[in-house]
Amino acid sequence: MSIPFYVSPEQLMKDRADFARKGIARGRGLVVVQYSDGIAFVSENLHRTLHKISELYDRIAFAAVGRYNEYENLRIAGVRLADMRGYSYDRRDVTGRGLANAYAQTLGTIFSSGAEKPYEVEIFVAEVGDSPRDDQIYRLTYQGSVADEHNWAVMGGSTERVEAYLNDHYGEGLDLDAAVRLGVSALGHDTEITRTIPAEEVEAAVLDRSRNQVRKFRRLSVADVQHALDSGEPEPAPDTDAAEPTDEPPAEGGAGSNGTSGE
Amino acid sequence: MTVQPPPWGRLPNAYLTPGSSSFAQFLSGQAPELMPGHQAAALTNSLGADQFRHGTTVVAATYPGGVVMAGDRRATMGNVIAQRDIEKVFPADEYSAVAMAGAAGLGVEMIRLFQTELEHYEKIEGSTLSLDGKANRLAGLLRSNLSMAMQGLAVVPLFAGFDLDSAEGRIFSYDVTGGRYEEHAFYSVGSGSVFARGALKKLYRDDLSETGCVTATIQALYDAADDDSATGGPDLARRIFPVVAVVTAEGYRRLPDDDISAIADQVVSARMERPDGPAAPLT
Repeated sequence: MSIPFYVSPEQLMKDRADFARKGIARGRGLVVVQYSDGIAFVSENLHRTLHKISELYDRIAFAAVGRYNEYENLRIAGVRLADMRGYSYDRRDVTGRGLANAYAQTLGTIFSSGAEKPYEVEIFVAEVGDSPRDDQIYRLTYQGSVADEHNWAVMGGSTERVEAYLNDHYGEGLDLDAAVRLGVSALGHDTEITRTIPAEEVEAAVLDRSRNQVRKFRRLSVADVQHALDSGEPEPAPDTDAAEPTDEPPAEGGAGSNGTSGE
Repeated sequence: MTVQPPPWGRLPNAYLTPGSSSFAQFLSGQAPELMPGHQAAALTNSLGADQFRHGTTVVAATYPGGVVMAGDRRATMGNVIAQRDIEKVFPADEYSAVAMAGAAGLGVEMIRLFQTELEHYEKIEGSTLSLDGKANRLAGLLRSNLSMAMQGLAVVPLFAGFDLDSAEGRIFSYDVTGGRYEEHAFYSVGSGSVFARGALKKLYRDDLSETGCVTATIQALYDAADDDSATGGPDLARRIFPVVAVVTAEGYRRLPDDDISAIADQVVSARMERPDGPAAPLT
């Protein structure tokens, strides 16, 4: 009666990974785009006060998708670690790489320990440098792996189409407005049907190296986002957008099924 | 706990446990030895005044649209001038400034904790404390330092900021027991504060411009240095002048050295004519 079923370690890890991945895909997407003066974070968020993007330290920001209570917990732990180190050493001794490492260790341990359920979160830790070459963007997954991203990165929701869109439309040296516009329209291209996401449903923030203060993090208001969306014509104008995707979906129609069920 | 903060390894459980948004509280739980003056509390007898550095005079004054805070640059150890270019005025956060007089080592450490405290709250809560809230937090930090004040390691801060709700500059003073008092128009703490306050009494007006208010504080520091041996006046030979910060609706701003040296040069050259400074009308 009480003999447990044998489950192979491979199967156990796969089940846990599937569980976490499903939870993450259920949420809405988040995009990071590097622009000439820093790093922009754009996400679709209906809640005005429950942030997905926040400040960790002077030049370091945190963005996450998945379960709110879990990533909020990780965010607060990161703020505590950053402030503790900055207080006991120096402000310059708090690094994005260090924080990314701490998160990786934490997520990795939780994922492989049988006692806790894996966290259903994916995290970006980004640090803005003195020039775009010095910018660092780390992607952390539910199992604690770390990847170093460049130019742009996507997580949450159905990422494939958003990645394809960014791959086609990203160019180096964007200004802030163009970066926000690109991020918002990329998030709108997550399914076969292109959506136009209104500025009120966008949460956006930047690490702005041109900011005249030690703390480079700044949230963009709805008005800022609206201004960015209004300021350029090329991609985001709804008319031209509508024409574009009608060409695209048939080419990869087979993969569409799981994208549509995600929303 | 260990004396060092955790390495960049796995986040300790205490970090992942929901708790207070106060950094000082978190620090005292996780690494109490990093609290300002932790070891000093173990001193059995008081230190002599010539064994550690003392910061001397700081002043603050409001004007329509903001508040000015200025501090002289001298630190003393007994009869010795320990430092000629110490800084005693710091940004507390974007809309407030904090300065200290008294035991300099402890004061600087306490200000660092206070700065971290405000920033930590802001990041955790996603909103800033009210100006009164910030002033009360500083009182709380002072109170936890009470045992050291009793050993002769007293720190007396001065806090000033721009209140975004009432759109005016405000000043708060403290005593070593953590008492918090709101001051109106101007205030000064430190060894030369009596003289600085006397000077401001005669120079201060409600309708000063920013430059006028900065000039008044520099005059006050000159008078403090004139009569108090522990307060440093403008050092013309080394070009060392008071640190002056202005807090307005646009936030905290430290005035560039060039601006301050221009005003200080004017003040000094006027004193060549009349060493006691500008005369106030009799009635």
